[in-house]
Amino acid sequence: MIMNRETIINSVLAALLIAIPLVAQAMGEIFIITLVTKVAILALAGVGLNIALGYGGLVSFGHAAFFGIGGYAAGILASHALNYQPIATWPFEISGSTQMIVIWAVALIASALAALVIGAITLRTSGVYFIMITLAFAQMIYYFAISWPAYGGEDGLSIYVRNGFPGLNTLDPISFFAICAVLLALALWFSAVLVRSRFGLALHGARQNDQRMKSVGIAPFRIKLTAFVISAMITGLAGALYADLNRFVSPSMLSWHMSGEIMVFVILGGVGRLFGPVAGAGLYILLEHLLGGAFDYWQLPLGVLLLLVVLFARGGLIGLLAGERKHA
Amino acid sequence: MPDAILSLSNVTKQFGALLASDQVTLDLKPGEIHALIGPNGAGKSTLIKQIAGELTPDSGEIHFAGQNIGGLDAVARARMGLARTFQVSSLMPEFSVLQNVLLAQQAVSGKIFRFFRPVLKDKSLIDPAMAQLERVGLADRAHMRAADISHGERRQLEMAVALSLQPKAFLLDEPMAGMGPEGSKRLTVFLDALRHQAPVLLVEHDMDAVFALADRISVLVYGKIIATGTVDDIRNNAEVRRAYLGEDAA
Amino acid sequence: MFSLFLEQMLNGFQSGVMLFLMASGLTLVFGVMGLINLAHGSLYMVGAFACAVVAAWTGSFWLGLVASLMAAALAGVLVEILVIRRLYRRDHLDQVLATFALILIFSEGTRWIFGSFPLFLNVPDLLAGTVILPGGAQYPIFRLAIIAAGLLVAAGLFLLIGKTRLGTRIRAGEADREMIAALGINIDRLYTVVFALGAALAGLAGAFVGTTQSVQVGMGEPVLILAFVVIVIGGIGSIKGALIGSILVGFTDTMGRFLLPLALSTVTDASSATSIGSALASMLIYILMALVLFLRPSGLFGAKA
Repeated sequence: MIMNRETIINSVLAALLIAIPLVAQAMGEIFIITLVTKVAILALAGVGLNIALGYGGLVSFGHAAFFGIGGYAAGILASHALNYQPIATWPFEISGSTQMIVIWAVALIASALAALVIGAITLRTSGVYFIMITLAFAQMIYYFAISWPAYGGEDGLSIYVRNGFPGLNTLDPISFFAICAVLLALALWFSAVLVRSRFGLALHGARQNDQRMKSVGIAPFRIKLTAFVISAMITGLAGALYADLNRFVSPSMLSWHMSGEIMVFVILGGVGRLFGPVAGAGLYILLEHLLGGAFDYWQLPLGVLLLLVVLFARGGLIGLLAGERKHA
Repeated sequence: MPDAILSLSNVTKQFGALLASDQVTLDLKPGEIHALIGPNGAGKSTLIKQIAGELTPDSGEIHFAGQNIGGLDAVARARMGLARTFQVSSLMPEFSVLQNVLLAQQAVSGKIFRFFRPVLKDKSLIDPAMAQLERVGLADRAHMRAADISHGERRQLEMAVALSLQPKAFLLDEPMAGMGPEGSKRLTVFLDALRHQAPVLLVEHDMDAVFALADRISVLVYGKIIATGTVDDIRNNAEVRRAYLGEDAA
Repeated sequence: MFSLFLEQMLNGFQSGVMLFLMASGLTLVFGVMGLINLAHGSLYMVGAFACAVVAAWTGSFWLGLVASLMAAALAGVLVEILVIRRLYRRDHLDQVLATFALILIFSEGTRWIFGSFPLFLNVPDLLAGTVILPGGAQYPIFRLAIIAAGLLVAAGLFLLIGKTRLGTRIRAGEADREMIAALGINIDRLYTVVFALGAALAGLAGAFVGTTQSVQVGMGEPVLILAFVVIVIGGIGSIKGALIGSILVGFTDTMGRFLLPLALSTVTDASSATSIGSALASMLIYILMALVLFLRPSGLFGAKA
């Protein structure tokens, strides 16, 4: 099989993502490991959004809702476990947990449920309405988190331990990175497989022509809703990891800036490209680190860059390097 | 006389002051091509949309395969075996020709929510899809983008998609529109054979084709069916000549 | 109790009128140019800052008000010519991203120039003081003046669109873009004017609201999202819908925050009534929006999708 340029770029990105933390580990540069871990987690959030946005054409401006729900799942479960307070006592006692696997399961389920409700309402609309309404629902959850005092309200919620994973010392940065990298790899694999599957074909179809979908007897709504839920689950999982990375969760994870940022990862990298979110999140964190170190108001040049990408380089970073995409 | 597969009784649809369908009663019997003709704006496409479930009639009933389908949406009607083509080609432009047919094949298979197996390696979909492309003469275009093939080829692709649905009835909305004489001739031969697979309700402006193909013809004028009959009946019907062909009764 | 209720009603009305100034520009720009503009909140911020700076400099709120209109309109013209113009033919995703980038630029730029500390705007002497409402509560005259000014602007806007040549062109632009080109109207200029008009209205709202709250970076964002909710409820592109939606959202939000904790305090203790009540109240307008959409997916006055 001949590798095309995009495949080569993807391989380089994957290699960099793994090699940098290993080199940093050898050199004792713990900070860099944490930085790359952040890239992996944000890329994971982007991989989630890319399924809705890139493959399904669903411009969700509210994915921070799922990112934050995942984050709060981690924060709430851990805080209950640490305070030995059950989350619920009826109909049976449900206690908190500091086990990542439990937390991930809860984050996945909670995001899926939220996406099911939000999607069922927003997918009745399309175009600008869809953009604004997904945004509005995320804001609703954001304001709810701010004004609900039980879990820290506006101040957020600290997680005093790093949650555990059987057989690994998760406090060790490289171990935690490994966990995030494996989850990212799984999500990338899944979305690569998904695009080529029957469901992927139907999703791509639903993006192009609703009328045609209906006339062959496929309800586009169900296809889109399923994609939206899958997309939200992956972003929610990323949220749980992000809370664990920072050992802190706050309403800012739910804010519309976060939604915008996740979108920016996808766009900077290249919409609908498998590794787009990885390239985008990597570039974003690199810029934040380089520009932010030199200039307090680094989002100003970031804004200019983003503007230039949207106006003049529509394929994003991968599009720029790999050239225009051939059809699916 | 066999029972009709599709029957409309007193279907009426009004848009503001415009009566688009006026008490339309019509049926489609097994093995026949029933042509629906009429001047532009007579309400032919509106009628097709009501049968396909894209528009809801104000009153009247539509029965298909022994069931009142008034309460079913377009998706459910397609799944029951009502296949329609569009006046203006409605395809997936970014898909290859093959993918367009594959989508219909997987719709019929009922197995859409499959997330892992690559669709382009799925023989159970590819083989029948290629067979349909073969049948409409598009096999050599299978891997071209639907947006890049010619107008006539797009019409052929629409037919391949409709065939893939293994329907109980075809609703063809001006399948000849925009085709050259050569293409029309080929399509006429094709449609002639199609009736043995499932009956066809054919909306068409090409009168040569209609007269060559139709077992029965219904004439729609201002939303009303003014005559139904064999080709000869319609040719000799004075009212049709007056209202539709624009001839004087003399 | 009654006077408190009346006061909250007036607050709700005031916030509705201000929302209309924001939402009308947003919906106009969408209706005429098909553009979704996230940076509309930045123009609101520009207006507030211009007013605060000029008012502090000259000592006159009124000059500040003029400055807010001019600065926002000017910023609107610049942004339209430099960026927005390239986006009309793009899809909504590109529009969202480009205008999101504009927010970053505006917000960071403003923070760079003015710092992160809020500025304050004083109520002009002419409108300082309070009136006594029926029932005995005092209500600031300035807030009443804002309501009046907002209503005047709204009336002016309806006249502009309904009765003037510019209005005819705007309506033609909403109906059919090719049509206005065929009529020989300079579309580029029409679009710039419409965008500047929307910007000026947002800037004016920023100056008014900046006087009752504080002037700071990021102030435009919550209002922008409320304005989105408004135009989704009213139907995107409809000025009438924007008016009704604004009032509806202004009332629902204000009265929800006032009444929900009160209502809950009859069934539960005071402190949890306050916390649950305010949490629910913050969600109320979104629930309203979901409800409207459920019944009418393209809003109250929206063209059918």
